[in-house]
Amino acid sequence: MGLAKRIIPCLDVDNGRVVKGVQFVDIRDAGDPIEIAKRYDEQGADEITFLDITATHHERDTMVHVVEAVASQVFIPLTVGGGIRTVDDIRRMLNAGADKVGINSAAVKNPDFVREAAERFGSQCIVVAIDAKRVSAEGETPRWEIFTHGGRKPTGIDAVEWAKKMVANGAGEILLTSMDRDGTKSGFDLALTRAVSEAVDVPVIASGGVGELQDLSDGITEGLADAVLAASIFHFGEHTVQEAKQQMASQGIEVRL
Amino acid sequence: MRRVAVIDYGMGNLRSVSKALETVSGQSAQVFISSKPEEILSASHILFPGVGAIRDCIDELKRLGLDEVVQEAAREKPFMGICLGMQAMLTHSEENNGIDALGIIPGEVKAFDKPLSAAGDKLKVPHMGWNQVHQTCDHPLWNNIEQDERFYFVHGYFVSPADPAVVAATTHYGADFASAIYRDNVFATQFHPEKSQRAGLQLLENFVNWDGQC
Repeated sequence: MGLAKRIIPCLDVDNGRVVKGVQFVDIRDAGDPIEIAKRYDEQGADEITFLDITATHHERDTMVHVVEAVASQVFIPLTVGGGIRTVDDIRRMLNAGADKVGINSAAVKNPDFVREAAERFGSQCIVVAIDAKRVSAEGETPRWEIFTHGGRKPTGIDAVEWAKKMVANGAGEILLTSMDRDGTKSGFDLALTRAVSEAVDVPVIASGGVGELQDLSDGITEGLADAVLAASIFHFGEHTVQEAKQQMASQGIEVRL
Repeated sequence: MRRVAVIDYGMGNLRSVSKALETVSGQSAQVFISSKPEEILSASHILFPGVGAIRDCIDELKRLGLDEVVQEAAREKPFMGICLGMQAMLTHSEENNGIDALGIIPGEVKAFDKPLSAAGDKLKVPHMGWNQVHQTCDHPLWNNIEQDERFYFVHGYFVSPADPAVVAATTHYGADFASAIYRDNVFATQFHPEKSQRAGLQLLENFVNWDGQC
C-alpha cells in the first residue's frame, strides 16, 4: 500500500459559471462552481481543477472570487488554469486558496516564466499544461506536437521534449491533454500519456477523451499516469467519482476510498 | 476563549489553513493570521504553516524577526508545524545546497532520491497525492483518526529526526519516512491537514482542543 492514484474532476469556468466544452465549441452550462465542487468533494474527488476560459481580463476577477468561495468550504487541493500569464496572476490565485496553478500558453511564449514561477512559489504549485496533437502519419513512429490557443495554434514543438524541458525548468507536475481525444469520449491517447510519463520524473495527469469508467483505469495501467482528469463523465451524473474509484480498486489500482 | 494564531511570514497561502481552522473551531476559538510577534505570542495555540523552498522560509522568518517567536512558541504553547513549517523545525536541510534551520527538533531534512523506485516502478518526485499515515504512538492529535488513514502530501524533501522516539507517524514512499513528529507541546506533519478533507479537519480540531500534553 502507498500513494493512491488520483481522480480529478475538471470544471471549465466562464465568467463564474461552469460550462462543458466539446472540442472547445458548442458549450453547455452545467451550473454553479461552488455547488459542483462540494458535490465532487463529497463523492471523494482527490483534487479539483478549474479551467478559466473567461475571455476578457476584467472578468478574471470573477475566478478569484470563485476560488475564494470554494476554498472556504472544500478542503481538498484546488488547481486553477487558464489565463495564468504573470507572477502576479499566480500570487492572486494562490492567495485566493488555490494550491496549484496550471501554466499553458504563457510557458510556450516564455519558457523562463515557468522557471521564475517555480523559484518564486516552489515547484509543488507549478503545473505545466500541455495540449498535444499527434502529427505522425498512420504507421509511422508516433510523434506529438504541442498546440496553443485551445488547440488551434501549432507550435512545431515536440510534446515529449517539451515536457522534459518544462520539468527541467521547475514544473512540479504535467497536465497532459490530447487535443485529438478531447471531447470525443473515445478514451485517453494512451501512447502519448505513456511516452510523457516515462520521459519525466514528476507526476503526469492524463486528460482528454474520457467516455467511460474503464478509460480512467486504462490511463493509469496502460498510460502510466499518476492521476486522471475528466469533466463530462462526471458533470452530467453519468457516473460518480466514487463509482470510478470502485472500478479502479476492483482492478487492483490503489485509490482513496 | 482559545485563540489560534497562524504565523504569516509570506510563504504561501494561509487562507486555506485559517478557513479550515475556523470551520473546526466554530464559536469555540478565534483564528487569526499574523506576522506580529506580540500578537502571535498572545495566542493560546500557534500554527506554523509553509510551502515553498527552505532558504526563503528561513530568510523571511529572520527578516521579520519571527525565528525567535517560533522558538519561543514551540517551548511553551500547543504548537503545530505543517509541511515546510515542519521541515523548518529540524536542524538542517539538504535543500538549496544546504540550509541551517531552526533546530527545534534535532535532525536532517533530506531529498527523495531521483529516480525513486519500488518493485521496478518509477516513483515520481514530488511525492504528490493521498498516502497512508501509519500512527506510531498514541497521541491526542490522533483522536478519532483511523490507523493508516490517507492524507494529502506534496513535497520533495522529508524529515529524518535524530531521535526516532519523536516519530508520531510514518508513510511509505520508496521507503518509510516520518510523516508526523511530536515532542511535549509540539506536533508537526509533512502532509497538509487543511487539504485532507474529513481526516485533516479532525486533526486540526484535535489541535485546537489540545492542551499541549501528550
